[in-house]
Amino acid sequence: MKQIKDSFTLDRLGAGKKAFVRGFTAEGPVMQRLMQLGVLEGSEVEIIRAAPGGDPIEIRVMGYCLSLRKAEAQMIQVEVIG
Amino acid sequence: MTKTGQPVIALIGNPNTGKSTLFNILTGLKQKIGNYPGVTVEKHLGQLQLDDLEVQLIDLPGTYSLSAQSPDEMVVIDVLRGAIDDIGKPDLILIVIDASNLRRNLYLVSQLLELGQPVVVALNMMDLAVENGIHIDVDQLAQELGVPVVPIVASSGEGIDNLKKVLRQSLEKKAIPSLNLLPEIKQAAIKLATKLRREGIEIPSYELERALIDEEGYAEHRLAESHDNPVLEQIRQLRKKLSHGPSLSVQDARTRYGWINRLVDTIEVDEPETAKKSLTEYIDQFVSHPVYGSIFFLLLMAIVFQSVFAWATPLMDWMDHITTTAGKWLEAHLPPGALTSLLVDGVIAGVGSVIIFLPQILILFAFIIFLEDSGYMARAAFMMDRPMRAVGLSGRSFIPMLSSFACAVPGIMATRTISDPRDRLATMLAAPFMTCSARLPVYALLIAAFVPQKTWFWGLINLQGLVLLALYLLGILGGVTTALLLKRSVLKGPTPTFLMEMPPYRLPSLRSVLLKLWERAQIFLRRAGTVIFTVAILIWALAYFPHPVSIHNQFEQQRVEIQRQGNVVETRITELNNQEAAAYLEQSFLGRIGKAIAPVFKPLGWDWKVSAAVVASFPAREVVIAVLGTIYAVGSDVDEEDSSLITRIKSSTWPDGTTIFTVPMAIGLMIFYAFCLQCAATVAIIRRETGTWTIPLLSWLYMTSLGYIGALLVYQIWS
Ligand SMILES: Nc1nc2c(ncn2[C@@H]2O[C@H](COP(=O)(O)OP(=O)(O)O)[C@@H](O)[C@H]2O)c(=O)[nH]1
Repeated sequence: MKQIKDSFTLDRLGAGKKAFVRGFTAEGPVMQRLMQLGVLEGSEVEIIRAAPGGDPIEIRVMGYCLSLRKAEAQMIQVEVIG
Repeated sequence: MTKTGQPVIALIGNPNTGKSTLFNILTGLKQKIGNYPGVTVEKHLGQLQLDDLEVQLIDLPGTYSLSAQSPDEMVVIDVLRGAIDDIGKPDLILIVIDASNLRRNLYLVSQLLELGQPVVVALNMMDLAVENGIHIDVDQLAQELGVPVVPIVASSGEGIDNLKKVLRQSLEKKAIPSLNLLPEIKQAAIKLATKLRREGIEIPSYELERALIDEEGYAEHRLAESHDNPVLEQIRQLRKKLSHGPSLSVQDARTRYGWINRLVDTIEVDEPETAKKSLTEYIDQFVSHPVYGSIFFLLLMAIVFQSVFAWATPLMDWMDHITTTAGKWLEAHLPPGALTSLLVDGVIAGVGSVIIFLPQILILFAFIIFLEDSGYMARAAFMMDRPMRAVGLSGRSFIPMLSSFACAVPGIMATRTISDPRDRLATMLAAPFMTCSARLPVYALLIAAFVPQKTWFWGLINLQGLVLLALYLLGILGGVTTALLLKRSVLKGPTPTFLMEMPPYRLPSLRSVLLKLWERAQIFLRRAGTVIFTVAILIWALAYFPHPVSIHNQFEQQRVEIQRQGNVVETRITELNNQEAAAYLEQSFLGRIGKAIAPVFKPLGWDWKVSAAVVASFPAREVVIAVLGTIYAVGSDVDEEDSSLITRIKSSTWPDGTTIFTVPMAIGLMIFYAFCLQCAATVAIIRRETGTWTIPLLSWLYMTSLGYIGALLVYQIWS
């Protein structure tokens, strides 16, 4: 069984870390787009890497890879899978 | 159906699913590209032969969902609903989905199944799915969706015949899928549409449904613009009534992914082993590595540029050679006169100035298409996002800007991958500032003439190189400042998202790359070619007429005189011919225009000759050298290294004997060329990409004024 540890926003997760999406800190079109792309409550996300300078980041979700900026990752609440 | 009764099929799918590969394989070369009214999206139409039936296929822009945030994204809904006049409502929707990435692709499918139109699903990338260990029960999937599902491999053509058969059958059966995941919202939208119709307001219920779900989206925005407040007010009230807690957009996405997850669990037998590393991951460990990846990126760009210059230059020289040879041959075999001049200096030179661009544009575009289709473009945008954000843009603007260092035309055409319309426009307007290869001969001539050959540090640094570098930096500065100013003022808006799929690496197929290349070449030749050609003819006419016979008589007398003396000196005759050409030009409308507007350029230190040459080079900046050659009577076939032209320029004087080409004047002239938009091709392509003449004209005015002011300041302050 995967164990759920901390509650964070996605931007604070390091490369290689996995987490479940728990919710969003803001509503609106950006959140809608994220959800339509598969980043929604219950999805498992994995941080793959960050660009030089640490921003944007690349994550894996729903079996494909997606890049997003830290500002967008900050909207996503996650629970780290230990 | 089209107006002529031809069936219409709309092709739709997520980006990177192989949609354009499928479109190309279905329609071959029978394609037509246009623009939708009012938006910048390209309209791709093709003819598809299904046995005896000819069908019109519309390729819609790649999209992840039907929720539109901009007019460009709304085009998809408008086409599907048949709201675009000259297309007609599709009889069938063909959805391409990526079998190796089912879940996200099924989101769009779930939306399309609810439109009440017949649907066929093409399950593409079957080869990759098999490779990744994904087994899909295709029959089960078709049953669950309630529509035909055809497995294909678009890149190899596998399954295409079967797909055509199924399309043919479905066009006859017209079976409507019956998915309805959010019946409450759909019902409410239908009710509202009926109610509004009774009040005399005609809004299709699907548009109301989108407005209800996509809060702050474009459907809502468009309703607000075209109808009174009460409609919007009713939508807001309805939203409140329907949402039991989370907003409708949240309910919508949750419900759809709930349906998708249940569906995929029943049809996908083997989920891929998460522990197994894919090829893409191996490549990315190196290519997207912060250090090695950056080095790889720099090297790659260096190779691209090296190839563009190394391969394009001989081709361009060769084309130049062919057009001049053809011109010379015609000149020798036709009687002298206006018609011959029109053919040689107008038509042939005009065609020449169009095709001379082709090698560069095609080579650059081949690279861009390859980078896009292979999946590397997304990585480049990912890496360059942070630096580009400093100038108010995103990583997606980097490759278009960089391409513009060779030629702004492919750069501007490559802005299509920038999803945010404001960013796209800002990039388009900044791109022409980059030092393109057509500016180089002008710089080379002026630098060779006016910048002394000084070197420091044992020849490592030289002054001429430094000046050239400064001109490059000036171009970058101009572009960056323009982008920044635009994004801070008229193009100000909420920061666009940078949600971008990083597609797996794929080897692009040669066929697909060549077809896309052919398409870009056609656009250039048709759109830019006609403009360049027309302007070239116009400039020819200005430079040729009125062509008074008195000049001919005067020089003919001298020529006869020389011949009569017996000792015919070939060089003396050439000299006379060149002087005659110069006299004609002075007498021509172009020469008169030069004289008429010379006062405007006087504060920049230019005389009428320079003014006329600058005017003549508005269609294409490199033309200035040939015109200067004619005006200074050294012949029009000079190049930038021609020492006689340099000598003539240096020794030309004002009537009072002072030199015209002083160092401040020459530097000012270079700055003028650095900023000014002297390129009909760029103007025509901006017009094509924006769909309006306003933007290219504003851009032209802005850049020309900037060039003028720059040259004015340098000349006035320095001298
Ligand atoms: N392996 C594989 N590659 C494909 C297939 N279909 C398309 N491709 C490749 O996928 C890349 C993207 O295809 P493209 O048609 O440009 O995708 P679009 O963005 O949906 O238009 C290209 O390199 C294609 O050659 C397929 O069925 N299998």
